[in-house]
Order: sequence, then C-alpha cells, then structure tokens
Amino acid sequence: MLEKLGAKTAIVRLSADLERIQGLVLPGGESTTISRLMSEYGLFAPIRNMAASGFPIMGTCAGLVMLSQLDSGTYPQTIGVMDVVVKRNAYGRQIDSFESDLDIPALGTKPFPGVFIRAPKVSSVGPAATVLSRLNNGNGVVAVRQGNLLGCSFHPELTSDTRLHSYFLQMITGP
Amino acid sequence: MENGNWRLKTGLAQMLKGGVIMDVVTPEHAKIAEAAGACAVMALERVPADIRSAGGVARMSDPSIIEAIIHAVSIPVMAKCRIGHFAEAQVLEALGVDYIDESEVLTPADEQYHVMKHDFKVPFVCGCRDLGEALRRISEGAAMIRTKGEAGTGNIVEAVRHMRAVQSGLQRLKGLPEDKLEEEAKAMRVPLELVVEVHKSGKLPVVNFAAGGVATPADAALMMQLGAEGIFVGSGVFKSSDPEQRARAIVKATTHYKDPHIVAEVSRGLGNAMPGLDVRTIPKEALLAPRGW
Repeated sequence: MLEKLGAKTAIVRLSADLERIQGLVLPGGESTTISRLMSEYGLFAPIRNMAASGFPIMGTCAGLVMLSQLDSGTYPQTIGVMDVVVKRNAYGRQIDSFESDLDIPALGTKPFPGVFIRAPKVSSVGPAATVLSRLNNGNGVVAVRQGNLLGCSFHPELTSDTRLHSYFLQMITGP
Repeated sequence: MENGNWRLKTGLAQMLKGGVIMDVVTPEHAKIAEAAGACAVMALERVPADIRSAGGVARMSDPSIIEAIIHAVSIPVMAKCRIGHFAEAQVLEALGVDYIDESEVLTPADEQYHVMKHDFKVPFVCGCRDLGEALRRISEGAAMIRTKGEAGTGNIVEAVRHMRAVQSGLQRLKGLPEDKLEEEAKAMRVPLELVVEVHKSGKLPVVNFAAGGVATPADAALMMQLGAEGIFVGSGVFKSSDPEQRARAIVKATTHYKDPHIVAEVSRGLGNAMPGLDVRTIPKEALLAPRGW
C-alpha cells in the first residue's frame, strides 16, 4: 500500500535494518510472535529510543498493541511508548471479527472501512494521546495519534483505502 | 457491522503470514508453542505421527481438549475436521476455534464432496498437492491453503514436491494465452472466473503455507524459499528430543529464511529431530496426501 502511494519500503527483521528507514510500520500479526522475535533480535531498545526522539511509527492491530501498554499482566512485552492501554483480542475470537464503517474526521468525511480481526480494544487513552476515531456504536476507541506515533486497532492494509497510510506518510514528510 | 465475510476470513491468514503454526495435544504444549513464537496452534488429540502408528479411523478431537487449549493461549487456535464432515466442522465452529483445517490427516468422511466452506462464518484451511487442487478448495470457500506434504513422516520430500507443483502451475497458468483459460478451468474443474483471476495476478488469491514433513529449521527455510508464506509443523516439534528449543529455532528460521547464518546458528545443538520415515517404504494405502481430490 505504501508503494502504491509512491514510498519505498523495506522489511525490518534485524536492528541494522532500522538504519536505512525514515518511518516504521508495525503491521498486523500476532503480538506474542512479534514481541518474541523483537526481543530475541534486540529491537526493543532501538525502537523505543527512536520513538522518544520523534521518529514516525505507525502500528495497526498487533502493531498498536506493541506501541501501547497492556491492561493486564506483562505478557507479551510491548514497546509501550503510547499513552494508551489496550486489551488483546477483546472483541472476541475469529467468529466475532467484524467490519464496520468508521468516521475518521482527520481523513475527511467519507467513511473508512474498518476491518477488525481478533482486534485489540483500547481500554483507556491518556492525556498525551489524541483520539482519531471511535466505533459508531460507542464500543471503543479505534484510532489514536500521539505526535509522531499513530495507532489503529483495525487493518487499513487489508482494504483499498489508502488514506490512513497517506496520513502517515505526511507525518514523515510534512504536509 | 458484518461478520464472517471473505475479507475477514482471508485477512486472518494474511496476519499469520511469515509465521509458524504448531500441532499441540495439551495446554502445556500450546503454552510452549506460544512462548516459542508460534503464530497459531493446531489443537489435536494426537499428532500425525501417532495417528499414523495408531491406525484405525482418525476423527475430530475431543471438544474438551480443544477447549482446554483455547483457554491456555491467546494466539489463534485451529482444529481439524475430516474431509467432507460438515457436522464436525459445525461443532468446531460452535466451540469457537479460529480456523478449521479440513484435513487429510484424519480419515475422510465423504469421498465425493468436501465441506462447502462458504456456508460457514469460521474460515477454513485445506491441503493441496497442485494448483488445481488448491483452486478447487478455494472455490469451495477455503480462505487459506497449505501444501499437503506427507504428514507424520518428518520427511520434507513430499512437501517440496507439492510446493513446486503449485508454483510451476501458477507460472504455467500465467503464461497461457487467454483463449486457453476455459479449457484449463474445465481440466482443473474450477470456475473460469477464478482461473482468469489467477492468470492475471500470477498468485493464489489466498495465503499458502507449507505442511507435512517439516522437522528442522532448514526444512522451514527451504519451504519458505520455495514460495511458502508460512509453515505448519506437525509432529516435528513435539516428537523431537527438545521441543521447546526446536520450536523456537523453527520460528526463527522461518522469519530469517533468507539468512543462512541465522539458520545455522539456530540449528546448533538442537538434539534429535523426530525419527523420520522414508515415504517410499510407506504402503500406498497408508499415504495421507492422496486423500481428497
């Protein structure tokens, strides 16, 4: 999707890969798996430092989990740089995964297709973070921004709507 | 608000891409798999190697085992139903499993029809040996595909054969002139629209993992380099001498499959892999991959 928008992309597997990028996307996936591999290959400290120094990072679904604090326990380990608390898989199992149109005023008036797959639920948002969108039924915050950090509990990468990714690219390049 | 549509079904498989799905028979196994970095587990009563040695009719697992595993871990839980046994599939859906594997590892229940998977809200993964079989399963509603290999053998040779067959099938279909597509669809017994779609994209419309015979980190790296988008490990982890370490090593080798230094490092000192079987010595009627069509 980022390539469709004209950006060059690279996959980050090791900390050395971080040196040649200007923005980082933490994609969907299983947060336990992502966390395990990040810890094995020493990615936590450098990404935490980058986040603190203003480096743009976008997290979708499991990526949002990685940016946030967990509401119970410490497993899996997260980067925890956003002032947001989430609960994993809080909307239920796969059978409860759902699609819902979202209002995201920052992206204009056209509804955004929200694809929620075993999604995390934002249980609280601290003063440092700004809510970008909530579910229309009031059942939770689904997109947040905190300066250089952007997180959503749905999967824009599974749709053809590029607006959230272009919003992130603008966070990197400036408007 | 919409549930159980095609995007949600195939989307979960997209999220598993690059990961390892491990067969587990107890909640303890499931926790070991999760801690090792598995992206999902397959809840079973017996791993394929034991199903093979036990003989008899292999059926869906006891729901209490599946439920115990669902409660033990936070990653997705898959479970197997027999080919064509839609009532077992209904039970698995009711139990809340995240993905159903309509699997040749169990004894087929229907020799004519696979489960009509579009009728379910829960997504399905199915095995295949070549492109035609993959597309037949997708047209029935499979939201994820895995090459079959030969489960329970610890022998990668069939997995390689099937992955190569799918990849060469894709290349061949991509190169076909458009006026040959109808004939091709008939030969493969799949809808023309699906054949046209794959001809245009050159890819399967769903995620494709490798299964059936992965026993070592290098096996996983091999399958990823041959085009697998992730790995199923059945007996390979919990039939080895040090499951915990082997599970971790296979996860790392799958992530870093292009980096032989990492694959070498994680392969060191793993103890014994599962004892393997030479597929050529297995009597024809005991082979699992030819089940389904």
